[in-house]
Amino acid sequence: MIAFIPLYAYARKVPVYESFVDGAKEGFGTAIGIIPHLVGMMVAISVFRASGALDYLMGFVTPMLRGLGVPPEVLPLGLLRPLTGTGSLAYATELIRLHGPDSLIGRIASTIQGSTDTTLYVLTVYFGAVGIRNGRYALKVGLFSDLVGFVAAIAICLLAFG
Amino acid sequence: MINGIWLGMIVIGFVFAAVNGRMDAFTGAVFDGAKNGVTVSFGLISVLVFWLGIMKVAEDAGLLRTIARALGPVVRFLFPDVPKGHPAIGYILSNMSANLLGLGNAATPMGIKAMQELQTLNPDKETATPAMCTLLALNTASITLIPATLIAIRLNYGSADPAGIVGTTLAATVVATLAAIFADRLFRRLHLLRRPPEPPAARLSRTGGGAASPPPGAHSEAKG
Repeated sequence: MIAFIPLYAYARKVPVYESFVDGAKEGFGTAIGIIPHLVGMMVAISVFRASGALDYLMGFVTPMLRGLGVPPEVLPLGLLRPLTGTGSLAYATELIRLHGPDSLIGRIASTIQGSTDTTLYVLTVYFGAVGIRNGRYALKVGLFSDLVGFVAAIAICLLAFG
Repeated sequence: MINGIWLGMIVIGFVFAAVNGRMDAFTGAVFDGAKNGVTVSFGLISVLVFWLGIMKVAEDAGLLRTIARALGPVVRFLFPDVPKGHPAIGYILSNMSANLLGLGNAATPMGIKAMQELQTLNPDKETATPAMCTLLALNTASITLIPATLIAIRLNYGSADPAGIVGTTLAATVVATLAAIFADRLFRRLHLLRRPPEPPAARLSRTGGGAASPPPGAHSEAKG
């Protein structure tokens, strides 16, 4: 893709370098414009985790999950995934390290991490870039599909490897 | 909703920190979070600058228009209120293809560019249009063919079958994406039904028309 696009453009008599620089200029401003949105969101997530609120939340759901045959260790990953990409990747890596990549937990963690995206981050970046304040139902749809993806990942792994 | 979640996380975090005697951690977390936000944004600069440059080359070469024409029907189904031939469609398609190939780095700038193009069609610059919501739904669910990062991590920890999760990941991502498209459609319909009356000026320029769901062909007159 990186080689094909400029070559194709060159063949079509586009001044490729000028074109590139022209488009690249926009990148800087866009990245800078995202900073306030990202800082706001990252602070909230970080505070929520550090205060122990996340651990408390875990306490409620653990017995239920055990009853369903779902390893409760993967739950924080499901909660983190929509909030922070790097945070959930770190958590998934930790689960893989602790339980082994080929354990059920390791496989579920890999599948969850690979199959959904960081909804809040995507929302923040995309809406932030154009100055949208009212996202309407986008967050609900994103979180709903995260939930479906999370449940599907566990169910499919239990079926395939359980 | 994002206001509520944001405030909720901070207030709940504060209360828990106070009760657990973790005020030090709380303060630390505030600055850690802020630092991460800036670090991530700066990390995006190089990627955004490069890919927006490449995409501009592709645009000037007429590539985006070519792809948009080929995949038009899929996008027209998903984004009924974006006028035919609008530049947003090209960016939406590039964004979708990059996501599919697991080029997360390439997908973000194209998604942002698509957003900016959709914004030109938006009568109310602070409120998302249904098309913007659909674009986000597709991106948050993100169909992935090859989860490269995870395969690398599994390899790193000595997995006997590092790529063994490709099938389960694909299955889960397809389910999540279908759920996203379905939910997006459902909310879009609900939203159209109970949209509050708007001032006449806003209604004239609005893409989708009045309160009732217009026939699919009725969108061509809408231009931002």
